[in-house]
Formats: sequence, structure tokens, C-alpha cells
Amino acid sequence: MSFLPKPRLHHPELATNAVGLTRRDYEGAISTLCAGCGHDSISAAIVRACFDLSLPPHRIAKLSGIGCSSKTPTYFLGAAHGFNSVHGRMPSVLTGANLANRDLIYLGVSGDGDSASIGLGQFAHAVRRGVNMVYIVENNGVYGLTKGQFSATSDRGARSKKGVANTDAAIDLVGLALQLGATFVARSFSGDKTQLVPLIRAALQHPGAAFIDCISPCVQFNNHEGSTKSFDYVREHNEAVNRLDFITGRDEITAEYAPGDVEVVRQHDGSLLSLRKLAADYDPHDRTAALAYLQERSAAGEIVTGLLYVDPEPEELHTHLNTVAAPLNSLDEAALCPGAAALDRLNAALR
Amino acid sequence: MTGTARINDFVVRFANVNGSGSASANQLFARAILRMGVPATPRNIFPSNIQGLPTWYEVRVSEAGHLGARGGTDLMVAMNPQTWDQDVGAIVPGGYLFYDSTRPARRLRDDITVLGMPLTELCNAQYEDPRQRQIFKNIMYVGALSALLSIEAGVVEQLIAEQFRAKEKLIAANVHALRLGRTQALERFACPIGLRVQRAAAVGDRIFIDGNSAAALGAVYGGATVAAWYPITPSTSLAEAFARYCKRYRTEPETGRARYAIVQAEDELASIGMVIGAGWNGARAFTATSGPGISLMQEFLGLAYFAEIPAVIFDVQRAGPSTGMPTRTQQCDVTACAYASHGDTRHVLLFPEDPRECFEFGALAFDLADRLQTPVFVLLDLDIGMNERLCAPFAWDDARRMDRGKVMTAAALEAGREFGRYLDVDHDGIPYRTLPGTHPVRGAYFTRGTSRDEYARYTEDGAAYQRNMERLLRKFATAKQHVPRPLRRDAAEGAQFGAIYYGSTAPAMDEAASLLAARGTAIDLLRVRAFPFHDDVAAFIAEHDRVFVVEQNRDGQLRTLLINECEIDPAKLIRVVHYDGTPITARFIADAIGTSAEAAKIVPLRKAAP
Repeated sequence: MSFLPKPRLHHPELATNAVGLTRRDYEGAISTLCAGCGHDSISAAIVRACFDLSLPPHRIAKLSGIGCSSKTPTYFLGAAHGFNSVHGRMPSVLTGANLANRDLIYLGVSGDGDSASIGLGQFAHAVRRGVNMVYIVENNGVYGLTKGQFSATSDRGARSKKGVANTDAAIDLVGLALQLGATFVARSFSGDKTQLVPLIRAALQHPGAAFIDCISPCVQFNNHEGSTKSFDYVREHNEAVNRLDFITGRDEITAEYAPGDVEVVRQHDGSLLSLRKLAADYDPHDRTAALAYLQERSAAGEIVTGLLYVDPEPEELHTHLNTVAAPLNSLDEAALCPGAAALDRLNAALR
Repeated sequence: MTGTARINDFVVRFANVNGSGSASANQLFARAILRMGVPATPRNIFPSNIQGLPTWYEVRVSEAGHLGARGGTDLMVAMNPQTWDQDVGAIVPGGYLFYDSTRPARRLRDDITVLGMPLTELCNAQYEDPRQRQIFKNIMYVGALSALLSIEAGVVEQLIAEQFRAKEKLIAANVHALRLGRTQALERFACPIGLRVQRAAAVGDRIFIDGNSAAALGAVYGGATVAAWYPITPSTSLAEAFARYCKRYRTEPETGRARYAIVQAEDELASIGMVIGAGWNGARAFTATSGPGISLMQEFLGLAYFAEIPAVIFDVQRAGPSTGMPTRTQQCDVTACAYASHGDTRHVLLFPEDPRECFEFGALAFDLADRLQTPVFVLLDLDIGMNERLCAPFAWDDARRMDRGKVMTAAALEAGREFGRYLDVDHDGIPYRTLPGTHPVRGAYFTRGTSRDEYARYTEDGAAYQRNMERLLRKFATAKQHVPRPLRRDAAEGAQFGAIYYGSTAPAMDEAASLLAARGTAIDLLRVRAFPFHDDVAAFIAEHDRVFVVEQNRDGQLRTLLINECEIDPAKLIRVVHYDGTPITARFIADAIGTSAEAAKIVPLRKAAP
């Protein structure tokens, strides 16, 4: 980590976005993670995606659990409220926050230990409830803060830094998210910014449960020969099914692609996703086929990345609960308290 | 044999089979007595079972207004062959047994009056459908009891009409069964028996409701918008009542949409997590649970204490530890809630005595949680939570406003007011908070369970950690001024002894005090209604030679809290504990205090010298 304070001054010609902010306005405190940590690249990608979308930073709430990944919300979006909650329990805290005010964007950041081990239950239930959120797992397959134990996403047969082989089967969060009804499911790699930034942008615009599993090598404890989550290993086995060019506006796509290479997906809010196909017959709207494809490629030792599934007409928890349009935390006595007269009538019925 | 004669002062116990549809018939019986102006207090004694195991419903009729359990049964309505011996044995000498004589009775006592009526046979002759045979058998015994106890038939029929409003067919069928039972009883027995209900005016304007419903209603009035819960006996009906009241009172008229969100979570950890997330984001949120849920929530409760997030927890206590006795009552979560979580914590607790206070404290808890920015526990128990109880009517002042506590607004931030999330600007230990999304560039902060400084910046500096922990103590001291004060009731003449009690123990304690007074032992009473303890509590203890602490758990948990928090000499506080899972009775308290007080009175230390 660097211990020099970040300079507040920046280049006068630094580009501004539609809300008049520069990329620097989306940064947070200086990272205390190890130099070269994949997580810092993800933080940078989040900064980039929010800047690109011209989101007002204070309208985002960032929540996390415990662990290296869960520390990162301090390192981006300094003008947003953050909540570093309890190990494995970010999903419930995020769900509650979302219920209180449906107007903010909820960004949950977690790790493989936080979401696949201690918090597997909460991860599953937040996804199946369709909470409107972006849920990013910074997946390094290892416990960093406690110095190198395997996590539940470590592949069977992978070797730890001390040379011990993992004998437990790995939990695939992408497979789980697909099966549990997430309406946006992607996998990416912290070392591939061109793939990751558009995925985060698309997830931020998705009005439902959006999940991104981002493989993020741990330079300290899981970047060696024998690891299946090292930079080298992931680069060698990465098989992207598509390339996402996310377009915020509602204009038709004008970029030139070879015919048959691009699929345009119109989202519920009218925004468009343009997907450049890399795997010829991969259909990102077929949940069942996506699951089968993932299993098949995984058996072949490949790590499938890209936008794996998207439902253009997602439903979310507030739809299911039929809550009012105004945020619940903004309702006053007139909306909430039935008053003395109603109570008198109730008293009369209880005699 | 001639049975005991008692007017408006007796106990009827119904022994039924769980799932046989007896609950509504039994409730009809209790309500009819109330409608005649005589206080009646029902208690369900039920198994952790859906169908088949024994269940009892006990109604204490008391014109004098004693609402606590009494012990002993004057009239047993024995409808369950499984528990026959036990039920017959529970009748006080001179009491009565009413039973279904379709099958010949086994062993009977000769010191009770036995009233047999072939209910099954009568029912089978009337009805073809097996379900009807079952349901109407229950209504039939209510009819028979109305004759035996001289309950006015018109009152019962009126209640049936109200219950099945606009369903004429059901009204007629139920009234028919009722009259059948009544006629049969009048023909078979010399009615009424010695136990009688006589019209009185002892109910007044009081209402009849269970504590869980009342607490849920309090949450509606208190402005709760988010509820997250996991089903657990005996708290489930609280969450369900909240859903019911919300549907009635919180549906936006123009759109039909909900001004509330209720989530049945996957477990208690998620329930409290959602409550904390919602509280952090400015919604009033609560969960309802029982002991095992409290155990699971410990880590989160520590976070809410340390990160200072409002949350309300309704804990409807049952007998622990572990799964314990899920359908039996206790006050056994007092210390677990007061000191919930690892590390140094102290939490605000409220102890409602009846449904009226469940409503009041249910609403107040949200003001306290916001004002103090901390979890607030409302400690009910199964006895008041799941049983209907006569209580003062609910009251509400329309001028009352929610106390949202110290929330810094966008305008204040814009005006340049200094904001430090954990800065004690008013010297009461309570800092200001901001809600997410308030201001584009000011007031954002990071909430964490790790240590931080006054401006919410992460730090491992011991001095900053300690300053924060000290401030939390100041905040807890401030809480003393906000929570409900203890209520004191002194004996007519100067009393050497005091008794401290709380929650559902109240009616039994009140009655015990009059029993003791009649035996010549004067007791001053102090009903503790909240933790932290008001200074009046320590003052009360100081004024008495000995103070009995009466509660429903094994270890004397409130006593422990008193010793620990008020630094009282343990020898001064005498445990009176009742913890077999049944509600504490006046007789039990009077006997326990009486014996101890007599022993103390014989050789009063300060008068021992010649």
C-alpha cells in the first residue's frame, strides 16, 4: 500500500461528465490493500463506470461485509454513504436499506469468503428476492486478511501458497445466481478493464438483482503456480462469450459491426445494450442454456466470462411488495399514523 | 355432594385436543362473561404441535379484577381422554367436572360434583359431516356451560351474531348448537350450579386483546415502515398482526399500494440485518422474535450498538435455553438482551405489563431508537403476547409527532454546520447522523463496526476508541431520562419490605400484595418498566430492609442486572423466581414472600438488642 496522501488538486483540463464532475470526484480514500491487488482495479472500474454514467455519487449507497474486498468501498465514491457491516451479512443490510429508500442505487461489494462461505445463505436469499442492486464479488479464492486459507470458491485440486491441495468442491456463484433467478449475471476479471467497466455500467442501469463475479487475483496469497485464480492462470483460461458496449441513451446503435456479430438488447427503461458475440451460439437470454454452457466449459477447464444472462424485463422486490412510489423513509405522520379516531373505533371493536 | 358456591370468582379450565376447533368456542365463553361486566382472563396452555396433543384453555373469572393466573381449577371441562387423570386431579375439592359421557368415565373422585353429558352422541345424532360434529360439539358445551353458570343466553347469541356478521347461515347453525347444549343441560342438571356469573359493572371501558397484536398496532402508530422477521413461537402473531393492521391502515388510498414493507427473512440474522439496513437508511424498522432469535442476532446487535443505528426488537419470551419450551412462558432473555453481543454493550429494554403497554411501548420504542440511535428491545412474553387480556383502551394524541432524533438535514449541511458522525456536540453522548443521499458533497460518512474517530474515520488509536466507548456510556446515561419511569405503589402503612417486579408478573404481584396485606405483611411495590434503571430504583432499594425481586426465570436475571448496574449488596435482594413455564401466580408470590418475611420479622436485626 501507499501511505502518501492523495493530492486533492488535479489537472485543470480533466474531463467532466454530464453532471459536471471529474473522474477524481468519484474516487475515495487511498487504498490500504497490497500493491497490485486485483481489488484496486475493480475499485477503479467502479469509479470509471459511475463517472461514465454521470451518476451523482451521493445517490449511491455502498455496502460491504468483512474482508479485503469489503474494505474497498472506502476507496471509491467518497461522497457516498458507505456501510461496512458484518461478515457475510451485507445482503440483508443492503436489502433493508433498499426497502427504506428505493430511490438510491445500491452497490454491494463482497468477497468469496464473505459471499460463498459465511454468507452463502444471505447471498442466495437476496438474489432470489430480486433486490434491486449491483452485487459484485471480488473473487480471489482465498482468505487474505487471515493469510491464505482456501475459500469456498477455490477449485478442487488448486494448491495454496504453502503447497496444500484443496480437496473440497468449489462453489460457483455465477451458477447459483443463475439458478436463483438473478436477472443480470456476469463474470469478469479484474485484469480486463475493457470487459469489466461496461459490465459494471450495465449492471448499475439494470433495475433488478445484478450479480458480477469478478475474479480478482490475490497477489500475496493466490498468485502462484498451482493456483487457479492467479493472473497467469485466468488469462490463459479466460473464455469470453461476448463483449459488451453499453449505451446509456435510447439512440439506435450506429457503430459498425460485421453482420450477425452484434445483438442489441433493449432494456426496460429504454436504454440499449449492444453485445458483440464472441462465442457464436451463446444466447444471453436463455438461463437454462447458460447454466449448461457454464458447466460444460468449466469441465473443460475454462473460465467463462462476459454477460452471461440478462432479463430485459426484470422484476424487483419493491414490485413484489407493491410498495408506494415515495421512499418509505420519507413518509410522514399523515401517511403513517392512523390517528386517534381510528383507534377509538378499534377500541370499540375490542369490547 | 354439594359443590362450592362462588359468584364471579372462579377458574374454569377446558381440556381439549389441539386442532379440534375448540379455541373459538372457548374464546366465545370468555367473551360472554366479559360482556356481562365481569373480568375474565383466559390463558392458553398449548403444546408445540399442530394437531393431536393436549391443549388447555383456562379462564379466571374475577369480579375483583385479578387478571393473574390463580392456580387450581373450580370447573374442569374435560374434553380430552388423553389427559383425563391429570385433569380430574386438578379440580379443587368441592369443585366440578363437566365431561363428555358418551363413553363411560374412568376413575372419578367423590369430593367433586360430576356433570356428564353425552356430547358426542348428541352431536352425532344432529350432524352427518364429521367436521360439523367436531365444531358444533364445542359450541354445544358452551351452551351447556351457559346454563350451568347462569351466563345469559342472549349475550352468547349476540356474540355469535357479531362474529359471523352477514353470514346468516353460520349464525343460525351456531345458535342452534348453542341452544341444544343449553337445553340439554337445563334438562339434565339442576342449573345453575354453585359457580355463577352474575351481571356486574367491573369491566368498564376496558378492551380485550392480546399483547402481540397490541405491540404490532403500536408499531403502526409509531411509524414503522419496515418489518423483517422469521417465524418463531410465540412472536409470529406479532408480525402477522402488523401485516393485518398495515393492510387496513397503511394502504395508499389512491393507488392501493403499500406504505410499508414486510419481509419474511431466511433466518433471524437476516431479519436483524434488514432492520439495521433500513434503520441506517432512515426508515423505522423492527423485527419480532423470541429467545433463539436473540441468540442468533448477537453479532448484529453489537454492530448496531457500536455503529449507533436505530432498531426495534420485539422479543416475545419463551422458556429457554436452546429450544427450551417453545410454548411456555418465561422472562428469561433479560440479561441476554441487556448485554447482547460480545464486547462491552448495554441496550435499552422496555417491559410492558399488558397489551395497553405493549401498544404504548411499541410506539415509543421507535422514538427511543431514533433519539438514542441504538437498538431498543420490547420484552413481552408468551403470557401477555399470545393471550387476550383485559386492559385500558388504547389512546393516541393526534398532536404527537415522531421524534426522529438528531438527523442533520441537507439545509443544515448546506449552511455549513459542522458534521462529525460521532461528535458529541450536545454533551449528551448522542451525535448527529445523516441519511444516505442527503447532500451532494457534505455529510457522507462510512459506517463500520471497527473503531473510528469522531469524524467516522477508521482508526486503531486506543485513545479514540476509548473516547468513543466513554461517550456510549454517556449516551446510556441520557437514555435514563427518556425511558418510562418505574411506577411505585406503597403499602398503606410504612413497609419494611419492598418488591420489584416487571412485565407480565404485574397482575399476580398486585394480587399477592393484597393477599400479604390481609396476612399482616405490608409490601411497597415498584414496577420497573425499563432499563437503564431510573435513579428511583436504587432509591427504592435503599429505603427498604429487604427487597424481593419477583420474576419468571431461574437465575433472577433482573436481580442480577440490579446488582450489577446499581451496585447493590446481593444479600439485600431476595430472589422470588417462578420458572416452570406456567404463568406466575399470586399464591406463589404471596407464599414465597410470606415465608421469607415472617422469618425476617421474628428477629429484626435492628431491634434484636435488649
